[in-house]
Amino acid sequence: MLTKRIVACLDVDGGRVVKGVSFRDLRDAGDPVELACRHSDSGADEIVLLDISATRRGRDTALEVVRRAGRELFIPFTAGGGIGSLQQAAAVIEAGADKVAVNSAALADLALIAAIAARFGSQAVVVAVDAKRRGDGDGWDVWSAGGTQPTGRDALEWVKEAEERGAGEILLTSMDCDGRKAGFDCELTARVADAVRTPVIASGGAGAAEHFGRVFREGHADAALAASIFHYGIESLEYLKRFLKSQGIPVRLPC
Amino acid sequence: MIAVVDYGAGNVTSVQRALERLGHDCVVTGDSAVVESAERVIVPGVGHFGATTALVVSGLSEVIGRRIAERTPVLGICLGMQWLFEASDEDLGLTGLGAFPGRCRAFPADVKSPQVGWDQLRITAPSRLLRGLPSGTYAYFTHGYYAPLVGETVARCDHGAPHTAVVERGNLFGTQFHPENSGEAGLAMLENFCSC
Repeated sequence: MLTKRIVACLDVDGGRVVKGVSFRDLRDAGDPVELACRHSDSGADEIVLLDISATRRGRDTALEVVRRAGRELFIPFTAGGGIGSLQQAAAVIEAGADKVAVNSAALADLALIAAIAARFGSQAVVVAVDAKRRGDGDGWDVWSAGGTQPTGRDALEWVKEAEERGAGEILLTSMDCDGRKAGFDCELTARVADAVRTPVIASGGAGAAEHFGRVFREGHADAALAASIFHYGIESLEYLKRFLKSQGIPVRLPC
Repeated sequence: MIAVVDYGAGNVTSVQRALERLGHDCVVTGDSAVVESAERVIVPGVGHFGATTALVVSGLSEVIGRRIAERTPVLGICLGMQWLFEASDEDLGLTGLGAFPGRCRAFPADVKSPQVGWDQLRITAPSRLLRGLPSGTYAYFTHGYYAPLVGETVARCDHGAPHTAVVERGNLFGTQFHPENSGEAGLAMLENFCSC
């Protein structure tokens, strides 16, 4: 049976991991490649390296991180953050990433998803969607530019369009739940997962093992992503997977 | 030396990195002469079955077919495996190499597609590619079409419909999943291929 995936996300700024680290005996706790390998060894099913560098120099460093990760990681990994063109997507894929995550650029240039899919296949295109519940409580809007700008687009409409344009997966972040560690937005995730045939990765709000169980059961997610939860060691990946297995959720265990 | 055939169908870097990690010389190439002289050949590929038309146009298809007939070890990965079958519903205007019988089909409408993620291999026959690996080993898949079960199927999966995960006859191998993305187990399979 196809297992539910646990995705470990690392935010990288200027080639360094931004959030803290809990692994013992790590030579360089800020090195994204070493940390990614540790996550892989601990049972992460997939890695996302998200470049949050604001500068050109930082982005060049990020490409070098992708290149090193490509040599060290033998599970799928996605590179994202600030990818604005087919050329930039090609650069990270050719550096060794298996997939690219596109967000704001896919909204600004509606042909971008199809262009990357045509060159590298749909499986290489992860469309990241930042969704926030509308003020009137009815539905969710898509926000761009790192969740700073409302686009006026309906999240369900956008994911369907992204799928038609060639998205291979949807990485769905709930802006309402992100950072609160109170659980994923199961309602949003279920609505999106039921609206598309492509797999949906739930993101935003992970704080405990039970949150993952709920987003798989109630949110119909195919995968769930967390960043800081793993860095701070609130749950180990192995513990998380054992917990999910005990709940009857299919996971890759032992890895 | 291992030739990793580059015919424009997606990313070949991961395959190259995995072989390098294992300490094997490899070259990513679209040059028929290089494929002609390599000790082993890997046909990777992701994306649309239509991409395999480049193998035919470039003459690589003929060379790979000849190498298979000469019993050179050849491994098709993902789309590269599907191309070893006769055809695919994804593009009925093309034919595959026909080294294995049958046609690849789309997943039924009631399951998520593409299938993305880790699934367990159900090993159904002795396999040199899977030597040392138990049934139940996890592998990483990403595909919207699947190859049928055939007499040469040595491992299967059952997502949506029963389908071939590993196919093997003599020195010809195919994996629907990506060994280069399947962790230690995947590296072990590539090592098995490199030492057969």
